[in-house]
Amino acid sequence: MTDIRYLAPKTLDEAVGAFAAAQGAARILAGGTDLLVQMRAGVIRPGLIVDIKKISEMTSIEETAGGGFRIGAAVSGAALGEHPRFGRVWPGVLEAVNLIGSTQVQGRASPGGNLCNGSPAGDSVPAMIAAGAVVTVQGPAGRREMPVEAVPAGPGRTNLKPGEIVVSFTLPPRPAGSSDAYLRMIPRTEMDIAVVGVGVSLTMAGGKVTAARVGLGAVAPTVLLVGDAARALIGSTLNEASVEAAAAACRAACKPIDDKRGTIVYRTKVAGVLLKRTVAIAADRAKGG
Amino acid sequence: MNVISNKWIGQRTIRPDGADKVTGRAAYSADTTLPGLIWGKVLRSPHAHARIKSIDTSKAEALPGVKAVVTAKDLVDFPLDKSVMLGIQDMRWMCRNVMAREKALFHGHPVAAVAATSEEIAAEACRLIVVDYEVLPHVIDIDDAMQPGAPILHDFIQFEGKPSNIAGKLEHKLGDVEAGFAGADVIIERSFSTEPVHQGYIEPHACLVSVSGDGKAVIFSSSQGQFMVRAMTSLLTGIPQSDIRAIPAEIGGGFGGKTIIYLEPVATLLAKKSGRPVKMTMSREEVFRASGPTSGSKSTVKIGATRDGKIVAGQGTFYLQAGALPGSPIRGAAGCAFAPYDIPNVHSLGFDVVSNRSKVAAYRAPGAPIGAYAVECVLDELAEALKIDPLELRLKNAAKQGTKAAHGPVFPRIGFVETLEAARAHDHYKAPLGKLQGRGVASGFWFNAGGESSAQVNITEDGNVAVTTGHPDIGGSRASIANITAELLGIDYNRVSVQIGDTASIGYSNLTGGSRVLFASAMVVTQSTEKVITTLRERAAKIWKIDPEAVTWEDGEARPAGDNAGKFPGLSLADLAARASETGGPIGAGVQLNTTGAEGGFATHICDVEVDAELGIVRVLRYTSFQDVGRAIHPSYVEGQMQGGAAQGIGWALSEEYIYDRNGKVDNAGFLDYRMPVCSDLPMLDTVMIEIPNPKHPQGVRGVGEVPLVPPLAAVANAVANALGKRFYALPMSPPRVLAGLDGA
Repeated sequence: MTDIRYLAPKTLDEAVGAFAAAQGAARILAGGTDLLVQMRAGVIRPGLIVDIKKISEMTSIEETAGGGFRIGAAVSGAALGEHPRFGRVWPGVLEAVNLIGSTQVQGRASPGGNLCNGSPAGDSVPAMIAAGAVVTVQGPAGRREMPVEAVPAGPGRTNLKPGEIVVSFTLPPRPAGSSDAYLRMIPRTEMDIAVVGVGVSLTMAGGKVTAARVGLGAVAPTVLLVGDAARALIGSTLNEASVEAAAAACRAACKPIDDKRGTIVYRTKVAGVLLKRTVAIAADRAKGG
Repeated sequence: MNVISNKWIGQRTIRPDGADKVTGRAAYSADTTLPGLIWGKVLRSPHAHARIKSIDTSKAEALPGVKAVVTAKDLVDFPLDKSVMLGIQDMRWMCRNVMAREKALFHGHPVAAVAATSEEIAAEACRLIVVDYEVLPHVIDIDDAMQPGAPILHDFIQFEGKPSNIAGKLEHKLGDVEAGFAGADVIIERSFSTEPVHQGYIEPHACLVSVSGDGKAVIFSSSQGQFMVRAMTSLLTGIPQSDIRAIPAEIGGGFGGKTIIYLEPVATLLAKKSGRPVKMTMSREEVFRASGPTSGSKSTVKIGATRDGKIVAGQGTFYLQAGALPGSPIRGAAGCAFAPYDIPNVHSLGFDVVSNRSKVAAYRAPGAPIGAYAVECVLDELAEALKIDPLELRLKNAAKQGTKAAHGPVFPRIGFVETLEAARAHDHYKAPLGKLQGRGVASGFWFNAGGESSAQVNITEDGNVAVTTGHPDIGGSRASIANITAELLGIDYNRVSVQIGDTASIGYSNLTGGSRVLFASAMVVTQSTEKVITTLRERAAKIWKIDPEAVTWEDGEARPAGDNAGKFPGLSLADLAARASETGGPIGAGVQLNTTGAEGGFATHICDVEVDAELGIVRVLRYTSFQDVGRAIHPSYVEGQMQGGAAQGIGWALSEEYIYDRNGKVDNAGFLDYRMPVCSDLPMLDTVMIEIPNPKHPQGVRGVGEVPLVPPLAAVANAVANALGKRFYALPMSPPRVLAGLDGA
């Protein structure tokens, strides 16, 4: 029965100030597709809600010099989908972001919210990790940058410091012959939560992989960057042995739990299957297919 | 007598409730409001099984804003030693389900309820109620509940002379099964299990109740029967039925789950105590934790046949979960399982098993899908063993007019054979299949029902028609009733309006359930309309000063029967309505009946699936239902029933289940993790209506709502077996189970 205060500041400094001053009693509202559900379920009862959608840096998409992208943390999936070039450069990140919720949810849900919710099953997170995305964070002590994989700390927890807000994602420029893909296993065909999610980013030259990153979700307390899987792919022509080695690396990286959404055995096996399928799609795209 | 004409019967008219529903104006129970209303909330047991030693509500009552608190003490007690039945519901169990009495029997069992000026205060008051529980060991699954030494839920239940969780037994016998099996060349015996599944209606339970100072109650709620709401609330609160008016709201799905009540008597008592109207709504989580799914099951079926494919004996044993209080649908499982077939020797046995789960409620052909799943899977294996096409095997043994069913009746004219023949002839049955794709067929039977219904047909002063019946409209019954009335009166469909009356405005009408509503209401509406037509002829005769026998009713007007009757211009409904007062008063008629002659329904389904063998995912590629629908009064809503049943059956077969944690708490109480199929999970569900009119009904109607859920479980299972060459004997065939099964092979 506590009252909830609502603030919608126009600047990040105001937002950080109010957020930090509330000392843990505040929650950030971007799209609200997790926050409002958790409040209605009685899981959390914030004393203050800081709506960040009035802060232009957090809702804009910019192309950086050299062809990278800077995406405001509160940009909705639908807005990202409507950007004329983003999906051509980062089709895997876009398909991952666009898998969050239904069409209606897409009008609200943001990659920043998906990351800060801390769910190991967040769809955009493995794709962002595979993309090598870096987040800009602003807090009472100023700004800093973190790779996406450094943000999650465990289910529902992040490594953000008190009062810190994720401002934006920066995705690097893409060399020629690069692309990415994201696949998830869900029992249904939509409106579901990943049992396993795999993001793969590849750069190909002369039929060989010159760079690769693999993000793996829903199989451990946090979304993982699977370095061994990338190393198995780099330098290869994506022959069966190297892809199988990458799949094995994904299976080895799994530290899943048995729960209502899947068993340990199931998740581990599916991680390998999805790695292979995701690599195939990313490679096809990288080759201009 | 089967009046067959095609002016309105068989037309896809626009449903009278359609515009309101698609524009969001239709009022469901949670949309209702009254001045001064307050909010009711239920305190639920945090334990799966616990003795309630005491309940202290004093702190809750002292909280500002709290207007009333009730516990089981406020409800009428139905002692355990005397059964009081209302339909198929025993009020001993109903009163204990609505509010825990001696013990909390499942996690989420209501223990107390509060009404307060806001939902937040009511929730806070629930937290202030102190319940002293003695936590008891609990049991969730059937096998565990029947183990020696299992926690016993009810000391008063005895089976074979000992306290037991087996609360009931039902047996059907025909011929001599031992002798039958002795004469069989091939015998297949298999065991199966299914999980409980929820009806999954979109609208959670809700009600608004007002009790006036003189003790008269008005209940707004959505249910499958306003008269059931009135009767059960009366029994549980002690308020006479004459002092309760139950008003049916639009209903957002029921599928059997709203044939009983949860909130209405509690809200009534809170309203009576507080003197304020009380609104109560369940959250989706409460719906999953505390309202009835249908039973999970364990079953064993054995079928024997001679080499030429004639089935000589069938034996089935079906254990069904009742939830915490007795009353699982063993009659549907044991009675319907073998009913589609002409088998000389049948033994079918059902057991009702209680455990610490929410009490089951009816779900579309209750029990029948469980029985059919086992029988139709065994038939598939039998066909394989005999090297006979599975539809041929069913055709060779199909029940026909004159077949004696194990559950009792001798069938009249039925259309089961026609469903099988239509399936065999359909291009779906011959379509090619790709790698890891498979096709399955299965059939099913449902009893259907008649029972009590009332109707009133009134001619309005401007010469149109107002029809009132007493059944909540779930499946398009208002549109169908308007089709029939327009047909009989020979007038435009849009001149007929159909209302669902409340308990004070129409005579007693039994539940919307059992696939009975259109069957029964068409009968009372037809007879009422015929009475109205007789009156209209009499009024015309009076105006013309001729004998009523010399007046006919044709094309919406009274006409002289022939040249001998005299030459008069016809008198329309509007003409006669305008002169009603001078010719004898308002025109209208009502009929109340206990209808009989419903006769069973049969269906055969074909399902194609594709399996992703690396992920264990089964996708349905194509699905076609063939059903004897009697006469399709409104084809769109018949097809809708067929599609809805198939969709629910596919969910039951592939993805829906309750998952319990170690403490006996449901771990997936929401639509995210309780996986009903969504639109994109299903192909277009094709339908083939086969019209074999019911000879015992004026329009040939047979119930169509329930049999569509009977065949799908086995149709999907048989398709998966065909795709993989490996059979699964447990539902749901969810991805982890399928992958584990394939890896184990």
